[in-house]
Amino acid sequence: MSKPGNTIDHTRTVPPATDEFVKGLWRDNPVFVQVLGMCPVLAVSNTAINALAMGLATTFVMLMSNILVSLLRNFIPKQVRIASYILIIATFVTITDYAIQAISVELHKSLGAFIALIVVNCLILSRAEAFASKNNLGRSILDALGMGVGFTFALFCLGAVRELLGNGSLFGAAVFPAGFQPWIVMILPAGGFFTLALWLLIFNAAKAKTATP
Amino acid sequence: MSTEESLWNIFINASLVNNFVLAYFLGICPFLGVSGKLETATKMGGAVMFVMLISSMCAYGIHHLLIAINAPFLELISFIVVIASTVQLVEMFIKKMSPALFRSLGIFLPLITTNCAILGLALFQTNKGYNFGESLIYALGAGAGFTLALVLIAGLRERLGLAEVPDVVKGTALTLFIAGILSLTFMGFAGLGGQ
Repeated sequence: MSKPGNTIDHTRTVPPATDEFVKGLWRDNPVFVQVLGMCPVLAVSNTAINALAMGLATTFVMLMSNILVSLLRNFIPKQVRIASYILIIATFVTITDYAIQAISVELHKSLGAFIALIVVNCLILSRAEAFASKNNLGRSILDALGMGVGFTFALFCLGAVRELLGNGSLFGAAVFPAGFQPWIVMILPAGGFFTLALWLLIFNAAKAKTATP
Repeated sequence: MSTEESLWNIFINASLVNNFVLAYFLGICPFLGVSGKLETATKMGGAVMFVMLISSMCAYGIHHLLIAINAPFLELISFIVVIASTVQLVEMFIKKMSPALFRSLGIFLPLITTNCAILGLALFQTNKGYNFGESLIYALGAGAGFTLALVLIAGLRERLGLAEVPDVVKGTALTLFIAGILSLTFMGFAGLGGQ
């Protein structure tokens, strides 16, 4: 373990606060590395705009619940903490659900039940349990923002690829010339599995390359 | 539409045509997590099915109660509380009846609470306006579909354990590829339940 080349040991020293933000973007990316919160990732990534909306909604819920959990971390008894976290998350999801409905009924329809299902996104609960319940407010906010941006980025990666190949468009605007035959399979459920598998492959390959130069 | 649907159609629709895992992407976490062994997968499917049945019954009651007291915004919170308590019940039951199974399911047992398939089921049946009997059949179909998908993928993964796979593909990526192919196969059921 203790190779002379490795000078900085990240686990021992307290990392700088900015690190909490950066780690969610790439090193601990919630989708590609931790493989958490898969259900919405696969289900609503059929178009780029849906993916972005879902990512933002999740980020908002994660931010708010991280803030509340971090503030209440000394008051919530250990035995009922998971139940309390879920209640906190469910409250913010209800708020988000009604807010999206008020902003755009069309978007609400295309996301369907998946807004309500943010409650059971394991990513949010895992951040509350693993991070916000042990860290102060500032760090928790940075952590939620970093993870949220990382999650949105991953969703967008999937959504863009699936819309581009399955529909020949990006954000609803046609990209390919008229002769392009859309790959219908990409917007079907199977396409979601394949696209995510391919992205994971790319990530794994990239990691393997950096590990053995 | 829902009044014309026969109970059989609801069952076929929930289990095969619109399979919760392969068409709606619900319950992916246990699908990827507990599908390594055939035996564990079967029992996990049973546990999920039981929780689905109970929470479907409760969700039906809660929905009508909340409409009666004019507080629909409490729906989501009440659903998740009911599901969490049911899971707790199942957990205590399994721990008492079969400690070995309890150990092999591990962390994934309490995580049934955050299994989107169960909350999704409660939400879908309310959206579709099913009556009590239809809700029960819907829950049964969804549970059967979930178990079927889990068992199929577990069988495939057990077989693939013997195959030579490049290192980069191993793990989640490989499982996702199989799931994609399985999902394509399930599209063959389209139209079976008379929409």
